[in-house]
Amino acid sequence: MFTIREKIPLNPTVTKMVVDAPRIARKAEPGQFIILRVDDEGERIPLTIADYDREAGTVTIIFQVVGATTEKLNHLQVGDAIADFVGPLGRATEIEGLRKVAVVGGGVGCAIAFPVAKKLAQSGCEVHAIVGFRNKELVILAEDFKAIATRMKLMTDDGSAGEKGLVTHALQALIDSGEQYDMVFAVGPLVMMKFVAALTKSYGIKTVVSMNPVMIDGTGMCGGCRLLVGGKIKFACVDGPDFDAHEVDFADAMARSDMYRPFEQREHREACNLFKEGNIDEK
Amino acid sequence: MKNNSPVKTPMPHLDPVLRAQTFDEVATGYTPEMAMEEARRCLNCRHQPCVAGCPVNVHIPEFIAAVAAGEFEKAYQIILSTNSLPAVCGRVCPQESQCERVCVRGLKGEPVGIGRLERFVADYHLQHHRQPPKMPVPNGHRVAVIGSGPAGLACAGDLARAGYAVTVFEALHVAGGVLVYGIPEFRLPKDIVRAEVENLQQMGVVFAVNMVVGKVVSVDELLDEEGFDAVFIGTGAGLPRFMDIPGETLKGVYSANEFLTRVNLMKAYKKNASTPIFKGSRVAVVGGGNVAMDAARCAKRLGASHVQIIYRRSEAELPARAEEVEHAKEEGVAFSFLTNPTRIIPGEAGFVGGMECVEMTLGEPDASGRRSPHVREGSEYTIPLDVVIMAIGTSPNPLIKNTTAGLAVERWGGIVAEESSGATSRPGVFAGGDAVTGAATVIAAMGAGKRAAAAIDQYVTQKISLQSKA
Repeated sequence: MFTIREKIPLNPTVTKMVVDAPRIARKAEPGQFIILRVDDEGERIPLTIADYDREAGTVTIIFQVVGATTEKLNHLQVGDAIADFVGPLGRATEIEGLRKVAVVGGGVGCAIAFPVAKKLAQSGCEVHAIVGFRNKELVILAEDFKAIATRMKLMTDDGSAGEKGLVTHALQALIDSGEQYDMVFAVGPLVMMKFVAALTKSYGIKTVVSMNPVMIDGTGMCGGCRLLVGGKIKFACVDGPDFDAHEVDFADAMARSDMYRPFEQREHREACNLFKEGNIDEK
Repeated sequence: MKNNSPVKTPMPHLDPVLRAQTFDEVATGYTPEMAMEEARRCLNCRHQPCVAGCPVNVHIPEFIAAVAAGEFEKAYQIILSTNSLPAVCGRVCPQESQCERVCVRGLKGEPVGIGRLERFVADYHLQHHRQPPKMPVPNGHRVAVIGSGPAGLACAGDLARAGYAVTVFEALHVAGGVLVYGIPEFRLPKDIVRAEVENLQQMGVVFAVNMVVGKVVSVDELLDEEGFDAVFIGTGAGLPRFMDIPGETLKGVYSANEFLTRVNLMKAYKKNASTPIFKGSRVAVVGGGNVAMDAARCAKRLGASHVQIIYRRSEAELPARAEEVEHAKEEGVAFSFLTNPTRIIPGEAGFVGGMECVEMTLGEPDASGRRSPHVREGSEYTIPLDVVIMAIGTSPNPLIKNTTAGLAVERWGGIVAEESSGATSRPGVFAGGDAVTGAATVIAAMGAGKRAAAAIDQYVTQKISLQSKA
């Protein structure tokens, strides 16, 4: 039983859940993900492993409510169980031998960026964190990043928290000020990762991005999560989710990412209506 | 009294026009009268070529004699003694290239409808005799089976009958492997698969779903830490192949695995399903195997007005079963033979707009024995499409290979295993089915699972006797 132990809203649309999953907690590493189904009729969706506690046997997920599945998930409460929870999937982020890394997180992507940043810091690597959000309301994990990073830049589109501007501005400023990074790790909206990749390419800094395409089984069976990397088809679930940012075809990934948006929006509306009409028991 | 008809008792089918709009099972099955009539066509030959033609050596003449006598449950028990999934095999086995191919009645006229009879017997049992199977006497040993497709289920069934405590690890949320995510409802109803799985559960087999071996637990941990005496790997065919032509990441391009998984496992064929799928109005399926036929027939049922199979060789070389090809044609699927795609053409907003193809000619036979196709220069032409489904095979999944030290694999990635026993390069680790052979048939995988079960029994018995001597 994948019972929810804790549920904490991080901002109006982003929720953190701590879930009983002892077998997964034993093996999870930063950069990996799980796939869940909320109930027996539900879709399978991939979510990042934001944290894990091997002793307590729990895995932490952080998700943004965007579609029917995340809406239904967000209606579960502490003590409820998630029907299916499988992982840890994908390859862990490779951090060996890195001395100084800039970790760039955008929006809910910070849920992936943080465990990677933490692991880097724990391995003795110097971590500079650059996190960006649309506004102050949407800021998540800022304190957590601050605790492990030697330099921290909080950016918002409107300047309501931290500095006004994009993460790429902050990253460029750090690089121009003479900071030398072994690697930049970036995760967030595709457009953000695309511009981080373009920036670091011009400086010749190795950059890794964590991709989060549409996925069904997550084990290399369906091929739905394919991306063009270096002109070749790669599967995010078994070859990734981390890829060399300078090889990823972002235009292609962006085109694919909105493939089911009309379906998702319709399903989300219907899920919301169900809850509004009280057709589903709200515990 | 023998039935001397040169042809099989006809199988009742749903009307092609009506059935192409539903996912109801196409072949509706024999009645008891039809089954007894067909059973009387069997000559009960002494040398029993059909038994040797069956990968799991079902005692065919014996079970058919029981059917002829109207003893259907007895017939079921005869089949079950060597085949743990009769309702599945009666539907999806390529009998025409196995038991029925060598049937003496087939020398003049049609062979006995062995597959149809097997299906009848299994269905009759499911409808009339659902008492739980006998619980075997436990022998105190544990075996882990990885993958709950046909190889894993067959292996688990035989081991459970021999008294082993078997745990089947399945990566997806439901057991059955390709029987649930791949083969569509109209060819193999999922209730049938569920009944076969429940049958194994009643024999004590434990199904651990949501368990990706190689990720959440390794083969070595199963053997060293979790107390399993042996492991059977039946993880199936693996990652879908693409053609490496431009446009394969356009929206509306699917692998057959993804398309079929959305339709079957995630039930996109049902109204109000929460899983999205592009149904398309003009659909092309690239490939000529059973999987291609399944995808094309699903696309038709989802409402596409024009569905065509694109195959680079000619009709004679189609790897799909003749029956599947026939059914697809009846349902209105078009076939473009000697045709190969060269690129998928974008339409609006990153969706598929069409596909450029070339005509092919057949040259000399290649390594596979089939005549190799060559491009006819300058024959490019374009077809308008909105969905393209690639059904051109798979390449092995690397998860277990990458996490099991010392497990030898072929150059193409398949696990090296002895054909007679499934023994791999690692003692105590056995493998079979598509993970070893590459994409093949349900019954071939079941045969491999059964042979491995026998070898595992022998391995564990020997290990125990060595330990007790030491």
